[in-house]
Amino acid sequence: MEDQKKIDEFNARIASGDVIEPKDWMPENYRKQLTRMMSQHAHSEIVGMLPEGNWITRAPSLKRKAVLLAKVQDEAGHGLYIYSGAETLGTSRREMTDQLLSGKAKYSSIFNYPTLTWADMGAVGWLVDGAAIVNQTMLAKCSYGPYARAMIRVCKEENFHNKQGYEIMAVLAKGTPEQKAMAQDALNRWWWPSLMMLGPSDKDSPNSGDLMKWKIKLQSNDELRQRFIDRTVPAAEAIGLTIPDEKLKYNPETRHYEFGEINWDEFFSVIKGQGPCNQERLQARIDADMNGKWVRDAASAFASKRNKEVAA
Amino acid sequence: MSNLDQDKFHYLLRLADNSLILGHRLSEWAGHGPILEEDIAMSNIALDLIGQSRGFYTYAGTIENKGRTEDHLAYFREARQFKNLMLLEQPNGDFGKTMVRQFLFDAYCKPLYRELSNSKDETIAALAAKSLKEVTYHLRHASEWMIRLGDGTEESHTRVQKSLEDLWKFTGEMFDNSEVELRLIENNIAIDNSSLKSEWNKTIAEILKIAGLTKPDSERFMSSGSFVGNHTEHLGYILAEMQSLPRTYPGAEW
Amino acid sequence: MSESIKNEWPLWEVFLQKKAGAPHEHAGSVHAADKEMAIQNARDVYTRRNEAINFWVVLSENIVATQPEETGSLFDPANDKTYRHPNFFRTPEGVKL
Repeated sequence: MEDQKKIDEFNARIASGDVIEPKDWMPENYRKQLTRMMSQHAHSEIVGMLPEGNWITRAPSLKRKAVLLAKVQDEAGHGLYIYSGAETLGTSRREMTDQLLSGKAKYSSIFNYPTLTWADMGAVGWLVDGAAIVNQTMLAKCSYGPYARAMIRVCKEENFHNKQGYEIMAVLAKGTPEQKAMAQDALNRWWWPSLMMLGPSDKDSPNSGDLMKWKIKLQSNDELRQRFIDRTVPAAEAIGLTIPDEKLKYNPETRHYEFGEINWDEFFSVIKGQGPCNQERLQARIDADMNGKWVRDAASAFASKRNKEVAA
Repeated sequence: MSNLDQDKFHYLLRLADNSLILGHRLSEWAGHGPILEEDIAMSNIALDLIGQSRGFYTYAGTIENKGRTEDHLAYFREARQFKNLMLLEQPNGDFGKTMVRQFLFDAYCKPLYRELSNSKDETIAALAAKSLKEVTYHLRHASEWMIRLGDGTEESHTRVQKSLEDLWKFTGEMFDNSEVELRLIENNIAIDNSSLKSEWNKTIAEILKIAGLTKPDSERFMSSGSFVGNHTEHLGYILAEMQSLPRTYPGAEW
Repeated sequence: MSESIKNEWPLWEVFLQKKAGAPHEHAGSVHAADKEMAIQNARDVYTRRNEAINFWVVLSENIVATQPEETGSLFDPANDKTYRHPNFFRTPEGVKL
């Protein structure tokens, strides 16, 4: 049983807006929930490289090729920053990776959808990164110092992702009829999964209570979703694309868009592994890890040989 | 286009194709590297290379003066018109093979760009000077991996020695001069490739020695002729993939 | 501990200097098997957008830090030494020091 006095002091620090640092005392559950959340976030960045990585070799211009590669590379960087932050809580990247590869740890369900056309590069950057930015802007103010600092770095870089995606969509939308159809089709396929990406509705989100109490999350999933919708709908209209939701309408009194019912059954089944690409995504990460083992081992072996020489 | 410009155009395509094809191959690693840090490192190198190719293509298009952009030149030429070294179109293989390919090429590129930064053509000189900084780092990166893999574990040593043997036959043509290059050398625009060989040999020998790797026997068959469009079968597949969108929708903007 | 966890490359902390004359600031960390790889990895991960002109990498385990429970005894004693700050002193009107 943890010392109630320490817990009270910790809660008081959180309430006063203090930032918690790695060596500070923290309740075990705070550590556990944070580790879970940060490692899931990092895994999402890493698995998130795959759907877009799929199009790097087919990017239709050299500029797009460079931009897409830089973006996918940034995702690796973001995963790395977040793993680094999570490692300060006492779990190594290797342990977290093992949890991902064994299927024990989750990652964002959105990356289990396939990228079928070039327009998906637009939709993913615009919608998926757009939703991520809404979430990450919040996390940049969270109560854990290393997470917040990683998020500040990530947010700075992520805006470019969002803009390049929207630009791809804008160019397609004013292109040939085939290109416009490609853009609309991608929006149709990615819209709903993007809304789901911000997490289950507050009433069905088991961990939200603790995370909000500890100011790891500062806004609820539903609040974030609303903000994302409010900023995305006008952007779609501006380039002449239609959001695939017949119930979508602006409410001038609340100044928010009202929207249709999200298919949460789909969300939960994709999380449970029943999505279009779950197996492929995980397998790709398992392969990368296995094929890289001899390389990592070689560098370790080399380092220990040289260290021995220095010591001798 | 004057004869000299014609030659320059082809020489620039050679430089551009080298960078593009190797950059393309490296970009295939994104998301699949042996560790995150290295995934990021390979993308950095790929981005440098794609950037180099854009500079060379754009200048080639300017010289040709028919309104062809970097993308026209990259996406609407056939395999037989590509001039990249055959080494660079070879499949990635394992990480060790990718590093061997990189190392063999970087060790050639560094002296090439250093000399080329004195080219009488000022634009080529400027592009080479910028590229020189990049390949200097690429060579450092690849060399360090050659050393670690060569002198790491038994498995890594065996793998990387095998890759060295497999790729060696593509190193000979780096030091050939095409007729185009011979004319440009006379005009102090291009670099005599054969003059780069001793430095290349020295770099290779030095690193292989530290790495405990054996230089392959040089008396073997060497492939040649990529400058005039002779390639291995791999290039066609790269282009089929890379060029598919612009060719499916000709005239579209992206 | 599993074999793969024991064999993980060690962690290095990265400190970037943004421009000449600026102090080095902590940016994050990387895994690397040795010093040279730590330099390369830090370069590739943390300086992709011109964030540095120089940086340090330090094995994380070599960093010695103060403990949170020492905070009071280490730092509070400086609180009442207001005379260390120039605004503690008054100067006659019109005099500039």
